[in-house]
Amino acid sequence: MSNKPELLSTASSLEELRVLAEAGADAFLIGEERFGMRLPGDFTLAEIAEAVAYSHDKGKRVYVAVNNLMTNDILAELPAYIEGLRDAGVDGIEFGDPAVLTTVRELAPDLRLHWNAEMTSTNSSTANYWGRKGATRVVLARELNMDEITGMTDKLEVEAQVQVHGMTNIYHSKRRLVQSYMAHQGRQVEGELGLTRGLFLIEAERRDEKFPIYEDSNGTHIMSSEDICILEDLHLLMEAGIHSFKIEGMLKPIAYNVAVVRAYRTAIDAYAANAEEYEFDESWLEEVRELQDPERELSFGFFYKEQVY
Amino acid sequence: MGTTSKPIHFGKRYRLDKPELLAPAGNLEKLKFAIHYGADAVYIGGQKYGLRSNADNFSFEEMREGVEFANQYGAKVFVATNIYAHDEDVDGIEEYLRNLEEAGISAIIVADPTIIEIALRCAPKLEVHLSTQQSTLNWQAVKFWKEEGLPRVVLGRETSLEEIAEIKKNVDVEIEAFIHGAMCSSFSGRCVLSNHFTDRDSNRGGCCQSCRWKYDLFEDARPQAEWISEEEAAEQRVLEQFQLGVNQLPLYEEGDNPFSMGSKDLCMLEAIPDLIEVGIDSFKIEGRMKSIHYVATVVNAYRQAIDSYMADPDNYELKPEWLEELNKAANRPLNTGFFYDTPDQEDHIYEPEDKAVPYDFAGLVLDYDEATGIATVQQRNHFKPGQDIEFFGPNGTFFKQQVGTIWDEEGNELDAARHPLQKIRLKVDQPVRYFDMMRKKNVKAAPKTTVTV
Repeated sequence: MSNKPELLSTASSLEELRVLAEAGADAFLIGEERFGMRLPGDFTLAEIAEAVAYSHDKGKRVYVAVNNLMTNDILAELPAYIEGLRDAGVDGIEFGDPAVLTTVRELAPDLRLHWNAEMTSTNSSTANYWGRKGATRVVLARELNMDEITGMTDKLEVEAQVQVHGMTNIYHSKRRLVQSYMAHQGRQVEGELGLTRGLFLIEAERRDEKFPIYEDSNGTHIMSSEDICILEDLHLLMEAGIHSFKIEGMLKPIAYNVAVVRAYRTAIDAYAANAEEYEFDESWLEEVRELQDPERELSFGFFYKEQVY
Repeated sequence: MGTTSKPIHFGKRYRLDKPELLAPAGNLEKLKFAIHYGADAVYIGGQKYGLRSNADNFSFEEMREGVEFANQYGAKVFVATNIYAHDEDVDGIEEYLRNLEEAGISAIIVADPTIIEIALRCAPKLEVHLSTQQSTLNWQAVKFWKEEGLPRVVLGRETSLEEIAEIKKNVDVEIEAFIHGAMCSSFSGRCVLSNHFTDRDSNRGGCCQSCRWKYDLFEDARPQAEWISEEEAAEQRVLEQFQLGVNQLPLYEEGDNPFSMGSKDLCMLEAIPDLIEVGIDSFKIEGRMKSIHYVATVVNAYRQAIDSYMADPDNYELKPEWLEELNKAANRPLNTGFFYDTPDQEDHIYEPEDKAVPYDFAGLVLDYDEATGIATVQQRNHFKPGQDIEFFGPNGTFFKQQVGTIWDEEGNELDAARHPLQKIRLKVDQPVRYFDMMRKKNVKAAPKTTVTV
């Protein structure tokens, strides 16, 4: 790999993975709900193997999310799953729980380990701590700001991955909150309460913000009301030497994700071709804007926000 | 509450260790009360790196005083340094931890491995306990942290009794579990609602408790997020998928309670035998922001239950008055969290919250004159002759009476105790002692049907 940053995308299915590969994604994050958290679609081990074969053929990489908060009962299944991923030839594993780290180190020591503890991956020395334990990459929290991210790269002994586009998780509970609410109201729940149901919350004082909410076997997940889009300032992250840019495609039509991948592909290639002359071009975002859900703002997320405590 | 009437037996019992009762102490005074009322250890916050930036946290000087007080009782003081640090926070940590060590603090409660490493390197006399903010739920993760040099892990609140039993079976490490108080309904640390709604960073102590706000639940009327191909999308113009407003169905009706994530508070008093049998080493009470009255009352109830069980496990019986006591301090309905099963609709709060506490802390006993039966009480809230009051204390003091004549220090009769911290004399029906508390029934409080006996 050159020093060109990686463009990483989620994929909900093999079909989407192929389309996004064509659109210019370099790497994919996939997996299944039993072991991985908040994925736009489930891939069985066989499908993962197929995704790997396809991706490697095109010179692309496949990482698998094994980043659940693990319970005792999953521990027994973990070794076989890790061996399955190793045998499928995946390029790396995303983890948050130390149990996954120790299992991978034991059974698949050649696999790259990406540390992702979601909103709690907030500083460089903890990233380096996990680096000394075997991680090769930190997935930085979306609650960090631009100065914190760019100021951290010199201190990092591992690669850094930053989410540059899409929604983020803002709340995760093991409780079944939608089910409980419906039961409290004495209403029947018809059908699934999963990702495709299209449920959302509106807070009493913020009527124009829609927060998607869904349930799966890992509990209840609430997602941001806005989509991050940092394309305009991507050069700041490229200058700082961030290794991987992630696009979160959850709850988006494939066509939208294709447009997003294309836009970031264009920016990354333009910067790689000539960093000196690089200039963000508003037209790169045209297609994304056209397909953007008008009820969801494209925003800088926390990149330029002061948070107090 | 879904508690079983008989304790679950986790294997053969050969010896029971007495668990530590660990109480919150938001300030020096609360520390003294918590320990005097029976806590084996307290946890406090310092000026930095804790998750309660609104609490009136301890200075190093106050910590030294707290440790000195605790030592007289053989109790320990822990400090919560459980933020997830940002790079800008890291520089001062070393000096801060050295100061804690010097102040005689026994242990720190830590979530971020950066703080763990600094502590092990620079302040080796401090024990490092893993915070619940790490959401540790399995024995392999517990083993990992033990091997990192941590003698104790505070488990995620999502761990069941059975899971705790398996963890204890697999790893020889101290397990601390929350047994009473308010709970995050999310995995601790995995919630940034506060950041999104108010720009206050929940993982550095700024949480504004957005989970207890009111929400409306909607459903998109059309099947959302069909993963259509690019060609199909071009045909349909994807924009049509996103029509403003018209496709939204409310999943509630006029007059319904709004959606809420707010959890009832945890209460494991009825399950003390199960908690001890499973081998939990430290029973933790939540509430660094709670009042002296709350801390003293809750500690007092658990102290009695634990001591009673340890004295004679086979003939142990839960005393209804312990639960009655707890209800006097509770301001939310109670439940058993994840210990027996995953919480459901019975375990969340949808009704508007009734913040009224049934009893108020009205006075602290300073002195008692045996000859006259007159107590000197430091006023902590308004009270006056004719009111129903109760006295309670750590050594079994408990009685009810009415306020009779009250006098100030000079012997002037008063119609009411109006002045904060004023010394008031009154006749008491039974002997009392320093540190006993006087509470008054709050007439406005609605009757609570929280814990059933």
